[in-house]
Amino acid sequence: MTIRFGLIGLGKMGISHLATVNTHPDVELAAVCDSNRYVLDVLNKYTGVRGYTDHRKMIQEVPLDAAIISTPSRIHGELVRYALEQNVHVFCEKPFCLDVVEGAALVDLAEEKGLVNQVGYHYRFVSAFNEAKRLIDAGVIGRVHHVRVEAYGPVILRTKGATWRTARNEGGGCLYDYACHAIDLAIYLMGAPNAVGGTVLNKIFSREVEDEVYTTLFFPDGKTAQIAANWCDESHRKMHTKVTIWGTNGRISADRQECQLYLREPVEAHPELNRGWSARFTTDLTEPVWFYLRGEEYSAQIDYFIRCIRDGIKENINSFSSARQTDWVVKMMQLDAEAPRRILDAEGAQRSARQQPKGLFARFAR
Amino acid sequence: MSRVLFGDNQFFGINHMSEEKARAQSIKFQDMQAIIDVLDAAYEAGIRVFMCTTHERVAAICDHFRAHKEKYCDYAFYPCMPYAHKYVNAVTEFGMLDALKRFLPDKGAIGAMFKGGMSVVHKDMEGIAQLLIDAEMKMFWGLRTPVIFLQNVVTDLLLGMGFKEAFRIFADHVTTKYDAEPGFITMNMPRLLDVLDELGIANPIVCANINKIGFRMCGGIAAYEQAISKRRFRPIAMSVFASGAVPAREAIDYVCRQERIESIVFGASSAGNIRQTKQLIDDLTRSPAKQEAVAP
Repeated sequence: MTIRFGLIGLGKMGISHLATVNTHPDVELAAVCDSNRYVLDVLNKYTGVRGYTDHRKMIQEVPLDAAIISTPSRIHGELVRYALEQNVHVFCEKPFCLDVVEGAALVDLAEEKGLVNQVGYHYRFVSAFNEAKRLIDAGVIGRVHHVRVEAYGPVILRTKGATWRTARNEGGGCLYDYACHAIDLAIYLMGAPNAVGGTVLNKIFSREVEDEVYTTLFFPDGKTAQIAANWCDESHRKMHTKVTIWGTNGRISADRQECQLYLREPVEAHPELNRGWSARFTTDLTEPVWFYLRGEEYSAQIDYFIRCIRDGIKENINSFSSARQTDWVVKMMQLDAEAPRRILDAEGAQRSARQQPKGLFARFAR
Repeated sequence: MSRVLFGDNQFFGINHMSEEKARAQSIKFQDMQAIIDVLDAAYEAGIRVFMCTTHERVAAICDHFRAHKEKYCDYAFYPCMPYAHKYVNAVTEFGMLDALKRFLPDKGAIGAMFKGGMSVVHKDMEGIAQLLIDAEMKMFWGLRTPVIFLQNVVTDLLLGMGFKEAFRIFADHVTTKYDAEPGFITMNMPRLLDVLDELGIANPIVCANINKIGFRMCGGIAAYEQAISKRRFRPIAMSVFASGAVPAREAIDYVCRQERIESIVFGASSAGNIRQTKQLIDDLTRSPAKQEAVAP
């Protein structure tokens, strides 16, 4: 069975998806779409792929089974809706949908249509994070009470440069770019939180958007998670994401390379795990992929999407629905960042103070 | 090509097994002298090739080798280009076309700029690619660079996209302008060999992960072994220890048993490790799995 793909948006992620999907044995890349005619012409000249500047025209003219949407975040909603209405399975880059109400409607639409839907939170396909999830779900570290997810890297290193990533109304900013991954990973491991607090969305170098993000997530059963993200951190060569989970019987730390476990007491059901420290590495944990570019997880997520279409797999470990939970948390954080902070003055009286000035952002957050 | 090549991952905080180790190495090699000391230890162990990315810090290493040419008269660099992160970060920061413009030669070089400008207008990737290669090669002036590699992120991106002509452009330019042999680093060796064959790039130098556990050997370890024994190309084995997952002797033995593998590239941070690994390669190249032969 050959699955015919269309790809919309040829930025950094789009080009990477193009290379990955193009090599998949079950896929025919039928057409690509981008607003930049120049990029389309170069691609057509050297690879022969058909190019469109209008996604509607592409979907109308080219019979497609599936679409990858990797445009700036602001237009995800519109593109996803159109593709679903035309009965096309959709893989959408993260974040899913900036408008959480629209996001909920798209979750329902995909469900109604019975179409495969996935969002590009690729950390759900990193083997070391999956090993952490396996250990948590098996109860190895006991009752989990706190999680910390950190994401640091070098995206904005000075006060210049202007792409959609630094434009507030395009869905740019560290919150949508880095913190979303951390939030989604927390949700993947812990389920969805029902409240947030202490949110910080601060600028460092950017004019319009936040560069660092900190927040606490509160879960219905009392556990908490803290998120820290900063995309102005040059000390990392590329984005580095680390998760630490504390439970009553120990602790897990995981990043892309390894999953470390500290166990207070041995667990009867898992005699292979020793008391104290142990570690498993990506070399041992990672399943091979048919094509490698930048990391197995990028290929693995595309392969999973393809298998869901081909084999009718229903479990969907990275659905619109789970990504919408992440969007929802982001929305709560934006509101929380605007909320008054409690201050105890010199006389011991409590009062409130706004953390950030009112303005464009305040209106946007509402 | 030399049998043993010295790699550079350890100098730039790259370790596929552990971020903590990578950080510790970054700290150790913050000082340029620490890098030179390790390269000298490799030199004393008989390693005459440094296979390195075009990371900005390599420029200072090149300065050192140029300044001490008499000491390193038989030394060669195998540049691997580009250092992809600087491009990826620039694309993220400035967008695709503006990033490209930033890496083309500065305004002083009017002729080159004009050629670049024309290339952009005519969607002629050959001109642009040549300018980018030249920009990456600048730091190696006056040094021997008999083999020049295309880094795996770029090789595999082009391979995946089906941008086959780019390999031909790269091969032609490094051959004609630098009198060097083109090399290709990849994580997808069997697939790349098909494309290089199709392009008529004969007997290409291809550097890929070749290790006993099949780590990052896309297409599978069997396909790799088959290709190495049957196909006409010049394999270089990298990641032979699979980031430490395979014990040293076992790792080198696995590679040395495949006689058509021409070279092995490895990186290490201490003189002791370098000597041991070089010795192992020398011993097992002469006689793979000597330890089995003498076992009772």
